[in-house]
Amino acid sequence: MSQDLKPRDITDDSLRDQGLSSVGAGKTLVIACGALAREILAIIDANGLEHLTLTCLPAILHNTPHDIPKAVEDAVNKHKDDYDHILVAYGDCGTGGQLQSVCARLGVEMIDSPHCYAFFDGTTQFLERGEVTSFFLTDFLARQFDAFVWKPLGLDRYPDLRDMYFGNYETLVYLAQTDDPALVQTAKDCAARLGLKFDLRQTGYGELTGFLGKRA
Amino acid sequence: MSDQGDDLILSELNDAELVEQMMDDLYDGLKDEIEEAVGILLERGWVPYDILTKSLVLGMQIVGDDFRDGILFVPEVLRAAQAMKGGMAILKPLLVETGAPKMGKMVIGTVKGDIHDIGKNLVAMMMEGAGFEIIDLGINNPAEDYINTAINEGCDIIGMSALLTTTMPYMKVVIDQLKEMGKRDDYIVLVGGAPLNEEFGTAIGADAYCDDAAIAVETAKSFMLRKHNQA
Ligand code: B12
Repeated sequence: MSQDLKPRDITDDSLRDQGLSSVGAGKTLVIACGALAREILAIIDANGLEHLTLTCLPAILHNTPHDIPKAVEDAVNKHKDDYDHILVAYGDCGTGGQLQSVCARLGVEMIDSPHCYAFFDGTTQFLERGEVTSFFLTDFLARQFDAFVWKPLGLDRYPDLRDMYFGNYETLVYLAQTDDPALVQTAKDCAARLGLKFDLRQTGYGELTGFLGKRA
Repeated sequence: MSDQGDDLILSELNDAELVEQMMDDLYDGLKDEIEEAVGILLERGWVPYDILTKSLVLGMQIVGDDFRDGILFVPEVLRAAQAMKGGMAILKPLLVETGAPKMGKMVIGTVKGDIHDIGKNLVAMMMEGAGFEIIDLGINNPAEDYINTAINEGCDIIGMSALLTTTMPYMKVVIDQLKEMGKRDDYIVLVGGAPLNEEFGTAIGADAYCDDAAIAVETAKSFMLRKHNQA
């Protein structure tokens, strides 16, 4: 992957299934979830964080969270000799604390938050809100709704399962990282497909910016 | 899994073939076919408990194994569960009448803050299939709901499910509350959900963490046996 690769050259499909090999020439490596690639590149760009290099694991790992700790460990081991520092841009993501244990053992830092919905919104705030009956989308998920939500849940093949999954939900909350009217419309359509009310919350990049700025 | 066409006539199959076909149909999530086959076996004089254990439960165990091994995914499991539920709805009233074995009573629910319920429902169904009486509290349950139900309904087992890292610690809140009331030892506490593991189960003071529904049934049975032997 060339160093001057621009976000627009990256496809969501490749972030989902392959991840991203590496972008940048900094001595601090960020190992991130593919679902955060565009956001991290935008933060690097906006804040001049040129000491960072980004590499991503396939975002689809989220559907099998037990595989995340091993994938992160392999990536750290693969790259650790080539960089001064490594940051792991993942939340717990349903690994039940396993990712935290792996990172502690390897001496690398991860994001102290359960998942990206929480750290975009602000972890403390997100947990305090306690929106039990809300289903969340981020920019990436709004774009990848079919690949991450609709198809894995089998709703393309068995639409009648919808209410078994979402019967207890009320609202789809779109946590927007960017201000993109087309994407807001996409997220609204997703809400309609799930039979949920729609709510837009402009979060920006939340705690992700501070995390990436740590090794400045 | 099934390779037969739509023209297969279930009532023309002999018992062994029909049971085999039911397992295929369950795997494929064919609720109508399962309900029809249950009806046929009942007409042929099968005891309801045998239909449940020798076709539905066995079939669902295959589904569970293939889910664990990554061959089947959530939607297929959900459809198989729906099909089994259809069959169970027919059998349930008959099980009571025909004196099917009673293994014990369990209250189960997803903990406060969490509304994931697919795994919990599956466990409830398989426990019911194994002869346990189930009180399903549904989702988002505070400690009082588990504890009051366990006390008022005379349950043997309290089962808690959590799928979120943020909600799994709540299981400890329930167990600690039981301890404070001096009632911890009155109940077998089983916990489960994808982000949990055995270490966590031990750390919060549960009796056991169960990886899946089949293990939940086996674990519950062995704890009930121990309980009876102690009594
Ligand atoms: C299906 C699913 C959903 C469905 C839930 C539908 C429903 N009605 O339950 C939907 C799409 C609605 C959903 C929503 C959300 N989800 Co979800 N979901 C999943 C998924 C893909 C599968 C869970 C599942 O049902 N598995 C199938 C069943 C059969 O397995 P199981 O639950 O593990 O149960 C078995 C065992 O664990 C055990 N067991 C379970 N309970 C019990 C209880 C007892 C007593 C016993 C003995 C055993 C036992 O036996 C069961 C049967 O074998 C998981 C990822 C994964 N692969 O685990 C994410 C996952 C749990 N979800 C996750 C998240 C983040 C969410 C959302 C916040 C996402 C969002 N975009 O908003 C929301 C929740 C919102 C909220 N307000 O809380 C994360 C959790 C991350 C974390 N840090 O905790 C996961 C891990 C995905 C991920 N990696 O990001 N989700």
